[in-house]
Amino acid sequence: MATVRAATLDNGLKVLVQEEHTAPLASVWCWYKVGSKDERPGLTGVSHWVEHMNFKGTTNIPRDQIKGIIEQVGGGWNGYTWIDQTTYVETATRDALDRMLFIESERMANCLYHPDDCESERTVIISELQGGENDPDQFLDQEVTATAFKAHPYGHPTIGWLADLQTMTRDDLYGYYRRHYVPNNATLVIIGDVETDEALRRADRHFGGIPAGTSPSRLRTAEPEQTGERRVTIRKEGTAAYLKAGYHAPAIGDPQFFPLLVLDGVLTGAKGLNLWSSFKMPPAQRRARLYRALVERGLASSVSGALLPTEDPFLYTISVTATDGTPLAAVEAALLEDIDRARREGITDAELIKAKRQLKARLVFDNDSITNIAHQLGYFETIAGVDTFLTLQQRIAAVTIEDVAAAAAATLLDANRTIGWFDPLKS
Amino acid sequence: MRQALQAGLAPSRTRLDNGVVVLAKETNTTPAVTINLAMRAGSICDPADAPGAVHLLSRVIDRGTATRSAEQVAEEFDNRAVALAITVTRHVFSVVCTCLAEDFEALLALLGDILMSPSVPDAELVTRKGEVITAIRQDEDNPAVRAVEALMARLYPDGHPYGRRAKGTIEAVEALTRERLIALHAQRFAPSELSAVVVGDVAAARAGAAAAGVFGAWRTPPPVPVVPARVAPAAGRQRVVIPMMNKAQADIAYGFIAIARADPAFHACSLMNNALGQYAIGGRLGDSIRERQGMAYYVFSSLDANVIEGPLVIRAGVGPANVDRAIASIDEEIGRLTREGLTEKELTESRQYLIGSMPRMLETNAGIAHFLQTAEFFGLGLDYDVRLPGLLRAVTLDEVHAAARRVLDPARATVVVAGPYQHS
Repeated sequence: MATVRAATLDNGLKVLVQEEHTAPLASVWCWYKVGSKDERPGLTGVSHWVEHMNFKGTTNIPRDQIKGIIEQVGGGWNGYTWIDQTTYVETATRDALDRMLFIESERMANCLYHPDDCESERTVIISELQGGENDPDQFLDQEVTATAFKAHPYGHPTIGWLADLQTMTRDDLYGYYRRHYVPNNATLVIIGDVETDEALRRADRHFGGIPAGTSPSRLRTAEPEQTGERRVTIRKEGTAAYLKAGYHAPAIGDPQFFPLLVLDGVLTGAKGLNLWSSFKMPPAQRRARLYRALVERGLASSVSGALLPTEDPFLYTISVTATDGTPLAAVEAALLEDIDRARREGITDAELIKAKRQLKARLVFDNDSITNIAHQLGYFETIAGVDTFLTLQQRIAAVTIEDVAAAAAATLLDANRTIGWFDPLKS
Repeated sequence: MRQALQAGLAPSRTRLDNGVVVLAKETNTTPAVTINLAMRAGSICDPADAPGAVHLLSRVIDRGTATRSAEQVAEEFDNRAVALAITVTRHVFSVVCTCLAEDFEALLALLGDILMSPSVPDAELVTRKGEVITAIRQDEDNPAVRAVEALMARLYPDGHPYGRRAKGTIEAVEALTRERLIALHAQRFAPSELSAVVVGDVAAARAGAAAAGVFGAWRTPPPVPVVPARVAPAAGRQRVVIPMMNKAQADIAYGFIAIARADPAFHACSLMNNALGQYAIGGRLGDSIRERQGMAYYVFSSLDANVIEGPLVIRAGVGPANVDRAIASIDEEIGRLTREGLTEKELTESRQYLIGSMPRMLETNAGIAHFLQTAEFFGLGLDYDVRLPGLLRAVTLDEVHAAARRVLDPARATVVVAGPYQHS
C-alpha cells in the first residue's frame, strides 16, 4: 500500500494524505471524535442530528447550494454518525480538491443552525427512526444493545430515543456542534490523484485559520462486568422470527480483538473491517460452523456475526433469522450448543488457516477504491490510531490457535451474553 | 487507469464459436478480479404455472454440480473468501463474485461448472425452499416491498412478467420439484444467452483464454426467445392502500410506465428523472418533501428503462399523518414538471452530474463489470462510455420537457401506500 503522510496543523487538526494515482479522483473525509457515546441522557441522538444540520448551509455556502455543490462536478458526498465518530465525505474529480476542502472547512467552523431548519429536520430524523423501526431485525438489535449496557452510553441507539428527539432544542444542537467541531478534535483525510506536499498546503490554507477549541470533555465510564445472562423478548405483529445473541467484546485496542475476529470467521465467515463498504459483500460462510449448524439444518434462513472495531468494549453480536415455522427455542438451542463448543474447545488448525486466508482476502477487497481506503484511514485514526489500520495484516497473521481459544473462553460465557427474541404475533 | 479513462475503457470482446460473449478489461488497482456472468434467463422465463421458478433455481444452482457435491462447492468458495452473489432480474440471471487474481482460473472453472451442470440435489432443494419461503414471509411484513410489488402488479397487470414477484408465491415454490428446475435449466441456459465479463488484475488475453477453456465446449441449442408483451400506460389514476397497522411508518410507491432502454428519448428521460428525484438528495421531490416540508427521510425517483417500457417509480417513507400531504406534493411536482419543464440551470447540473460521476462509477472492478454487462445486454457498444457524455450533452431542454409530458401525469399515476394508514 502507498505511504501515508501524517501532519498536524498548528490548530491541532490531524491531516493524513495518501497518493493513489489509479483514477483521476480525490476523496476527502473529515472525521470528528464525537458519536453517540458522548451523549448524556436527554440528549440522545444529538450527534446524529448535528450531522444532519451540518448539511444545511454555512456562512459562505448558501443553504440551497450545499447539497449540489459537489454533485455539480459529478462528485459523491455523504456522512454518517455512529457510536465513536461522525464523518463527512466527498469523492470527486481531483480538480475539485479545493472545493471539497472548502466545504469541510466551512462545515467545521461556519454552519448556521437556523431555527426553522432545526424544526424541519426534527421530523426528518423521526421519520428515519420510524423507518428503522419498521424492520424487526433492526428493532431487535436496538433492544438487545440497550439491554446489554446499563452504564456505558454505547447502550442507546445512535439515532436517539424518540422522546429526546421530540424535545431537543436548537441551542442543544448548536452548543454541541460548537463544543465538538473544533480542529483539535478532528482528522482530515485526503487520498487520490494528488501530490502530498501540495495537498498539505491546501489543507493548511483552508483549515489553518480555524482556531483550536477547548478539548471536548468526555463521558468517562466503563461498563461493569455482566454477571448473568440477560434476555429481552419482543412480541409484536410480524411474519418472521429473529434471534440475537450479544456478547460483551474487546475494544480494538485489546489484544483479544483480533483473535475474536478470527473466531468470528470460523463461526460465521470472515468479513471485512470496513463499516462503509464491507456489508456490500457478504462473507464466504457456507462451511462456517454456525451456518452449517443453523442454515444447512434448515433451522434458519440466515446467520451473521458482527464484531466491529470500536474504541471501548462493544458487542460481538450473532444474528439469526429462523425459517418459517421453526421455534426460536430450537434455533437458540442449536446456536448455543455450537457457541459452547467453541468456548470449551476453541478452533482447529485448519479453521485458523482458513479464517486468516479469508480475512487477508477481505482486506484486499475492502481497499478497492480511494473512498474506501480513505474511510479506513480516518476510521482507525479516530478510534485507535492509523497504525492499527496499517498493521491489520500483521495483527491477523500473528493470531495463534491458543489466542483464539483464550478469546473464546473469555467472551462466549453465558453470563456475558444478552439474548434477544423477536417472536412475532401472527396477525 | 487514467489513460484508460481518457481513451475509454476499450474492453476486449470476443464471441466463442458457441455464442458465449467474453468481455475483458485489465485493471491494476488491487490484486483482485471481478467475474460477472449474465445469462439471459431472468424471471420472465418463469413457466406460467410456476412463478418464482427461476428465483428458486438461483438459490440452488450453486449447491452441487455433476462433478462436485454441495460441500465441495462450498469448500472451494470459502477457501478463497468468495461469496457468490446470484441475482435474478426480469431478464437476467446474474452470477457475480470478486476473488484474488491468483484464484481467477479456478474460480471461473467453478462458476462455469455451476452454470452449465447444476445437479440440484433434493436435500438442498428442501433447505433452499425453506429459505425462500421465509424470505417471502419477511417481504410480507415489509411496507417498502409490499408497496413496490403492488405498484408493479398494477402497472403490469394480468400476470405480466414485469408485474410478478420474482420470488413467486409460497404455494408455487412449495410445488416446484428438482425435475422441474432441471428442465427449466436445460431449456433456458445456453451459450448463446451468456455474456461473461472479467475485470481486474488479469490480462485480457488470459481472461479470454480462461473463458474459452471453461465455456468453449458447451453445446446447447439457443432457447426460444421470451419477449414480454408491451403494456399500455394506465388510462386513469389508481390508488391502492395496504394497511399494515403494526408499522411505524408508511411507504409510498407512485409510478408510471415510462420508456424502453432503446427509446431515442432515453437520455432525455434519464436527465428528467435525475432532476426530478435524484440530484442532491432527491432532486425537486427531495427539496420539497424532505428539505422544505421535513416529511421524509427518503424520497427519490428511479427509472428502470428496460427491454420493453419499464417503470419510473417515486418512493417515499413518511409518517401516517403525512401520507396525503406527501402524495399531494408529489402530484404538485409532477404537474409542475410537465407544465414548465426544467430550468436551464437544472438541466446543466444534472448533465454535469451524470457525466462527471462516470470516473467514480468506473473506479472499481465491480463498477466497470456492471457497466460493461449493461452495455452488452442493451447493445450499446464497446465505446458507450466514450459516447455517453456526448449523448447527454446533446439533450435539449425541449426534449426533457417532452419526455416529462410523455411519461408523467398525475391523472394517470398509480399510487400505492403500505403502512399504518387506512383510506381517508
